[in-house]
Amino acid sequence: MSVFIDRNTKLVVQGITGRDGSFHTKQMIEYGTQVVAGVTPGKGGQKFEGTVPIFNTVADAVKATGANTSVIYVPPQFAADAMMEAAAAGVKLVVCITEGVPVLDMTRVYPYVKETGARLVGPNCPGLITPGESKVGIIPGRICTPGNVGVVSRSGTLTYEVVYQLTRAGIGQTTCVGIGGDPINGTNFIDALEAFERDPKTRAVAMMGEIGGTDEQEAADFVKHHMKKPVVGFIAGQTAPPGRRMGHAGAIISGSAGTAAEKIDAFKSAGMGVAQRPKDFVQLIQERLK
Amino acid sequence: MNLHEYQAKDILRTYGIPIPPGEIATSPAQVEAIAAKIGAAVMVKAQVHAGGRGKAGGVKFCKDAATAREKATAILGMKIKELTVEKVLVTKAEDIGTEAYVGIIVDRKTKKAVFMVSAAGGIDIEEVAATTPEKILYHPVDPRYGLQPFEAQQMGFFLYGDAKQARAAAKIMLQLWTAFVATGCSLAEINPLVVTPAGEVIAVDAKMVIDDNELDRLPAVAALRDESSEAPSEVDARKANLTFIKLDGNVGCVVNGAGLAMATMDLVKYYGGEPANFLDIGGSSNPEKVVNALRIITADPSVKAILFNIFGGITRTDDVANGIVTATKANPLKVPIVIRLTGTNEELAMKILKDNGFSASSDMDEAVQQAVALAKGGKAA
Repeated sequence: MSVFIDRNTKLVVQGITGRDGSFHTKQMIEYGTQVVAGVTPGKGGQKFEGTVPIFNTVADAVKATGANTSVIYVPPQFAADAMMEAAAAGVKLVVCITEGVPVLDMTRVYPYVKETGARLVGPNCPGLITPGESKVGIIPGRICTPGNVGVVSRSGTLTYEVVYQLTRAGIGQTTCVGIGGDPINGTNFIDALEAFERDPKTRAVAMMGEIGGTDEQEAADFVKHHMKKPVVGFIAGQTAPPGRRMGHAGAIISGSAGTAAEKIDAFKSAGMGVAQRPKDFVQLIQERLK
Repeated sequence: MNLHEYQAKDILRTYGIPIPPGEIATSPAQVEAIAAKIGAAVMVKAQVHAGGRGKAGGVKFCKDAATAREKATAILGMKIKELTVEKVLVTKAEDIGTEAYVGIIVDRKTKKAVFMVSAAGGIDIEEVAATTPEKILYHPVDPRYGLQPFEAQQMGFFLYGDAKQARAAAKIMLQLWTAFVATGCSLAEINPLVVTPAGEVIAVDAKMVIDDNELDRLPAVAALRDESSEAPSEVDARKANLTFIKLDGNVGCVVNGAGLAMATMDLVKYYGGEPANFLDIGGSSNPEKVVNALRIITADPSVKAILFNIFGGITRTDDVANGIVTATKANPLKVPIVIRLTGTNEELAMKILKDNGFSASSDMDEAVQQAVALAKGGKAA
């Protein structure tokens, strides 16, 4: 088992002929993901790499192929529209990799997608991978291995670092979910934790948060009251100065809300394990899997 | 991107918000001329991106043009939180009856833009929120419809008992909302919103923060960036498409990805060192970015050791290795460098580095410990 994606995921790639879209589509196909369609307006009727049919609209792609998941690699000024187009076409999971989406766009996208009943992951995220089954996004496949730890994170490369250390120590993953570093995103920590709690194969969860906002504190509260499975957490940005944007739009501390210390305290009071360094995940997870 | 007060006021004026007359000046003579033109008592206000301008002596009341010139002489060139004051706003000093607060922020929790209004204005709204939260009204705006007149009116009546003032405030809030959306703000505030003894409602101070992600599609707003008010190294980095923030330590960090960059800074501190910066070279693999990153980091004299931490996903580590080789051939390093590379094309990267006399590790903790030791003047472990 796994969460959100598995071998039955049928993927449509929005922006399949772009630089990033084409590169990562090849990687996803190589990994074994069922890429059933691509969308590039004006290129409908062509084929990507001679195999994947390209459509002008997501609605056409869904109608012809039964795609149930979409991944978006379009430039930031078109990303909001792409997310809404996918949701309107009836796709159940929309994953937006694009970085740099204006936050006011997201205030419109969020309720729109929600009303269609679709799940949005991202934007500004590395996507998801269920090792051995399916990969949607850009997480490098070879650092992952199947197993029973769920991974959820606001960051990209930091996720790779932790997954890499887990894999090297022989600890496999059910699904890795990158929720993205923007202030407004579709899927949050609680959504992922809830899914991992329900997933019979997941036995423990590794969670990587960042400074800024209160998502991690709310997630800790959820762990405390609604989870039986053990969760280990980490917060990046413990040494970041207040008021500065650390690359991720979400990673900014304002006033007293969102400091690393506050989040770590919330983890501790929820009975979670706290990794001080990325490598600490290995031992803390191992102890909890015994 | 932060706007100066005078820039925010210029924008809000175009949306119809009543704002006292004022102009920007860079010399005491200009200040005197503007004050004479206004022909009344003025405020001379330092234009720097720092809070607490008043406390630092950067905001002065001047009863006439001669006084304005004298005060401006002291303010121009002074330092507020390490920023030199190069411009002052000269604006008509208004008689103040009451002071209120009106602000809009994008709220992560409700995932909406939210109005915050309070009759307790003139001071820091965070302070009001902490001590007397019941004095603040929060009103999330439905992004599909925007702020409706009746909503603005409800907020107007929350601020003022007088119907004329409440309606004037409501009109200002509708104008502020339009400006907020059109200018791509993540924050806009009027503090204080003043009722003059004559009963007029006017915006005496204003602040706007623009969402950086809006700048590509709003070139007119992007052109308002004042580079003289930013650290030169940060301006340089932005032009090279790097995210760079200067810090106080001596371990220069070059990392790909914001989360890993923060985690690397934290690990430097964990092993007893101090990071000199946050630097994210981003996801694309471009040797040019690495060259720029090294140039910016080595320009900081406090950097005693350089640490690369690259986890190749989209980023090809061989591109990073090539960047390091190119940069150091052109400008040989004067401080030691520690390189950690793993991921995409790692074997190739290691070979490139080895062929050019560099060593690299694939372990993050090992590399950080080494860099910290070298920055302290010790030998690599």
